[in-house]
Amino acid sequence: MRIRRPGPVALVLALLVGAFLLLPLLAVVPISFTPGRMLTLPKGSLSLTHYRTLFENPDWLASILLSARIGLFTSVLSTVLATSFALGIWMLQPRFSSWLVGFVLLPMIVPPVVSAMTLYFLLTGMSRMSHAIGFDSVIGVTLAHVVMTVPFAVVMVLVALAQLDRRIDLAARGMGASVVQRIFHVILPNIAFGVATAALLVFVLSWEEIGVTLFITSIDAITLPRLMWMGLRDNVDPAIAAISVVLIVVTLLILLARMAFQRRPEFEEE
Amino acid sequence: MRNRSAFWPALALMAPLVLFLAFAYAVPFLGVALWSVTLPEPGLGQYERLVGDPLVQSAFLRTFRICLIVTVIAVACAYAVTYVWVRGTRMQRRLIEICIFVPFWISLLTRAFGWLALLSTRGIVNTSLQALGLTDGPLALVRNEPSVIAGMVHVLIPFAVLPLASAMRTVDERMLLAARGMGASRLRIFWSVFLPLTLPGVIGATLIVFVFSLGFFVTPAILGGGRSIMVAELVYLRMFQSPDWGLGAAISVALVILVAGLMGLLARFARLGLTGGGR
Repeated sequence: MRIRRPGPVALVLALLVGAFLLLPLLAVVPISFTPGRMLTLPKGSLSLTHYRTLFENPDWLASILLSARIGLFTSVLSTVLATSFALGIWMLQPRFSSWLVGFVLLPMIVPPVVSAMTLYFLLTGMSRMSHAIGFDSVIGVTLAHVVMTVPFAVVMVLVALAQLDRRIDLAARGMGASVVQRIFHVILPNIAFGVATAALLVFVLSWEEIGVTLFITSIDAITLPRLMWMGLRDNVDPAIAAISVVLIVVTLLILLARMAFQRRPEFEEE
Repeated sequence: MRNRSAFWPALALMAPLVLFLAFAYAVPFLGVALWSVTLPEPGLGQYERLVGDPLVQSAFLRTFRICLIVTVIAVACAYAVTYVWVRGTRMQRRLIEICIFVPFWISLLTRAFGWLALLSTRGIVNTSLQALGLTDGPLALVRNEPSVIAGMVHVLIPFAVLPLASAMRTVDERMLLAARGMGASRLRIFWSVFLPLTLPGVIGATLIVFVFSLGFFVTPAILGGGRSIMVAELVYLRMFQSPDWGLGAAISVALVILVAGLMGLLARFARLGLTGGGR
């Protein structure tokens, strides 16, 4: 029981901050319906010109498809690597596990611009072997996205494992289950929701990754955020408002879907 | 070790990710560190520039200043929303959750664009101000430092919420009851009891937000319009506009050392908080 609910001052302050957080997202919506070529509020008439651009301009469509493809590859690779690693940590509980976990979380902690530089070094080196796997290639970008997203997947899966009752696994072991059986019939089914959340999060992170992508692509592997960046830096193109609205709606749908699948709310009161 | 039979399988499960990151991340980072002492010529010349070059120096100072301001504002804002999120009614909590977590999942670019839509010369704020007759011409609200700060605060608030929430959840309700029983006012209870009890969360949130803000690149680049360049943007410019890889690498190494120091501080603080918490 809380002895006191928040008072009026706290509520007003929280409301102001909440409005501050939502404002830039809401601001995009009216701008996207402007008929003009400039970043203005629509005067009088609304128009879907900029939404049509998204489908008619081959650049936008190509970059959307490319980002979806990279996001999918990244999601699969990151989730598999992270789940495997987290299972190993959970089963073995090695004495040096905090060091190991710390090591794999590095790309999340190190400033993104440093990671960008590091991956630029890696991919330009790989380009010397073959252009298909290095700088400015789909495989190269996927590789970089796996590095950047895998820590988030590790955290998600470790959290899911922490909530798993060890006695279930012990019982399976006591009855003679092999390691493979324990993983696929006992542990994985119990953390399936956490693994799925990790895959979803990785997809979203890769889909919107820009800090590193900016360093490792130039003309061939133009992902959606990369294309948006070009449109934001030079002349702000209102088509970006349209794509932003689409992205916000897609994200909201994903969040709602996730909430629907979730068995119980994360933070229930007492 | 209580699970000896699983030793080799568990090792095999951990190995792929560890090896992958060793080759795709740790080794290339050493390569970058090597660049910093070999480009354009061997020696510590680039590190001398870090402390001597006025351009680099001013970028570092500006970064520290902006990050400090951003951290203070972000943690204060996060404190207000977290307070209601942890202690509010069910309805209030849902509302706050939407405000915090929906923007969190939206791309940095979309959010930066949202600020442009609000603040640019023909954006929503200027149009409304002129329509209301409050200003004659458009105000320059974007491509300057305050807009960079607003954009960064917006991105960083959610990161401060989680440490603050976990601190607020552990506050012993009986302390507040006792304070009220002894006649303390609402403000007094908050100021002398609640706030001091959640101070570890505030310090944790401050360190996390500061560390994250140091490496910011996308938001300042778009909202700053190239005027007030921060360290991360300087690295980008040195890499792609005036090929000066050595300096970019040296700044990267310096940033890593800085972040490692701050994280060490955070770890030490978290340990103290655990053992000294008296719970």
